[in-house]
Amino acid sequence: MSLHPGKFKTHFPTPGVSGEHEPADALPRDSMLSGIAAAEHDRRSFLKLASLPCLAACASCCGGGWPAFALNAAGPASEDARYIVEAEFYEKLPFKKTRCKLCPRECVIDDRERGYCGVRENHGGSYYTLVHSRVCAAHIDPIEKKPLFHFYPGTLAFSVATAGCNVNCKMCQNWDISQSRPEQVRSSYLPPKDLANLAQQYRCPAIAYTYSEPVVFYEYVRDAADAGHALGIKSLVVTGGYIQQDPLKKLCQGVDAIKVDLKGFSEKYYKEVVNGELKPVLDTLVTMRKLGMWTEIVSLVVPTLNDSDGEFRGLAQWVKNNLGVDVPVHFTRFHPEYLLKNLPPTPLETLERAKAIADAEGLHYVYLGNIPGHPAENTYCPKCGRVVIARIGFTVQEMHLRKGKCDYCQTAIPGVWQ
Amino acid sequence: MLDRTVQALYASDTPLAAWKKVVRPGEVVGLKVNCLAGRGISTTVVLAELICDRLQEAGIPKKNIVIWDRLNSDLESAGFKVASRAERIRYIGNDTLGYEDDLSVYGSVGSLLSKTLTQVCDVVINLPVLKDHGIAGVTMALKNLFGAIHNPNKYHPNLCNPYVADLNMLPAVRQKVRLNLCDAITAQYEGGPSFMPQWTWKYNGLLASLDPVALDHTGWQILEQKRAEKGMKSLQDLGRAPSYIATAADAQHRLGTNNPEQIEVVTV
Repeated sequence: MSLHPGKFKTHFPTPGVSGEHEPADALPRDSMLSGIAAAEHDRRSFLKLASLPCLAACASCCGGGWPAFALNAAGPASEDARYIVEAEFYEKLPFKKTRCKLCPRECVIDDRERGYCGVRENHGGSYYTLVHSRVCAAHIDPIEKKPLFHFYPGTLAFSVATAGCNVNCKMCQNWDISQSRPEQVRSSYLPPKDLANLAQQYRCPAIAYTYSEPVVFYEYVRDAADAGHALGIKSLVVTGGYIQQDPLKKLCQGVDAIKVDLKGFSEKYYKEVVNGELKPVLDTLVTMRKLGMWTEIVSLVVPTLNDSDGEFRGLAQWVKNNLGVDVPVHFTRFHPEYLLKNLPPTPLETLERAKAIADAEGLHYVYLGNIPGHPAENTYCPKCGRVVIARIGFTVQEMHLRKGKCDYCQTAIPGVWQ
Repeated sequence: MLDRTVQALYASDTPLAAWKKVVRPGEVVGLKVNCLAGRGISTTVVLAELICDRLQEAGIPKKNIVIWDRLNSDLESAGFKVASRAERIRYIGNDTLGYEDDLSVYGSVGSLLSKTLTQVCDVVINLPVLKDHGIAGVTMALKNLFGAIHNPNKYHPNLCNPYVADLNMLPAVRQKVRLNLCDAITAQYEGGPSFMPQWTWKYNGLLASLDPVALDHTGWQILEQKRAEKGMKSLQDLGRAPSYIATAADAQHRLGTNNPEQIEVVTV
């Protein structure tokens, strides 16, 4: 990997100055690497090591926003096998079929076919990820954009994604990468050590695996997390949580925080809107908490589809009973995207209703997202009620925490603090 | 066999007269082949080339004929030689031109369409193969159009139903596919979509129809009959009857008929 930091604009925007109006975890609009391209991996060259020169990377700041890394994209018909690594969780079946054991879908895949995610392929009866180190988006984001509010607040996360996703949410804001195959988006080779080095160079205390679905680039996440830890850099996973238990447990050994999109609280919603299942996501959350993983939950509230009192109450009660009242829950505003352009943005009153219900159920840290300036972006001490972290959008304005305790009443605030 | 089939389908006096009903001079004609499984159970090169000959006789110059599928590598694995020289027949995968930037949406399907379909072809002659499919039940005319979108992997749950039917409702698909001609010279009744030689047989047939639903229903019955001959359970019994065929025929889609009483099977 040839990187030229001298070519990078060295401006590091102060968190909160810009990017405020991007929805949480949205790929910045000027992403250098998103968009459909006609670059296709040539199957004949599968596993054949190519000798292409390392791709240079250069970065520029988004127009007044967060840095976006314009990694030079692989050319058409790249005969580059560097991205192809045998999958960690699958089983071989008769007649060269494979069964993926990474996510609950358990796709059974014929030779030369791919799973639902579009980034894992059976070749000759073995199963491979096609996206190891195949980064299609790289940006520096405030950690609040993930959103994680109780984990190193006010810091930056070096955020990366590959193509692919194991669900197909009708409201996906990053569908152009999440619902594409790796060869359909511009990508670059960014191996784990180089990723960790980049994060370090840009003084990001964490790498975030985000924008699309880290579960489908699982092997890369684990390797990059190891590389990051070697340099003292944390790893954050922003996921839908649709993963099997064994790979989840192994993942939890290597990363430092996981934000789970609990996209709704009914199987019907998961089936019809998410194209997934609720139960495995709930199992994921329970396991994460048991393993001591720092966990935050986001629930995107979509008008008319998952915005009933019963769903809000059910979600809040489930969190309280299964995870505890200290797990932060973020209700975020929906913007019309992808296949749900017919719906309006979530009314503020709906989000405030969700928060009121969750507060009434006893959750301590209920936030509202994608509404810059709303008081529910702040963290309040559950005992004295004072603001301990004041935020506007993704910007931390004030911190009244010392060693994880409220400055005013010394109550411990759960989280991972600097 | 090709000439007899097309002539009978169009009730024409000669094969040429039939082909002139399929295409008109000036049109760019795309042959959507199915090459995923490589040699053995893909659209045969000989059939495609013979159709190209007939198209030229009907007034379509070589430069206006395109043989296409999902990937260049798929085409080559089936024996087609990828080429796009201006005055010759073009053989191109979707990876050559890529996909549209805007989604095409119908029902459960939201996809980017192949530019080969949207920007190159005026007419599509759909050339699937007759074979079993481990997820969808069977794959023939309707499902072959999965090769025209960027995200077919998203549409395999629930036996590909209603996805296959919804995809065929997209205007660019529905309006451009003018003839379905299923290559059943070699057919496969189990183990698809990959090529499994132990489950193939020489059917030595072509199935032609203007109605993709009728073609798929008829082909499905041929596969079921073969399975029964071999003492295998029916797809229905295995829980993978191709339900998308009935969906394609329903009142919401009306892509054709799956009612045997309305399907006239003419053997030539």
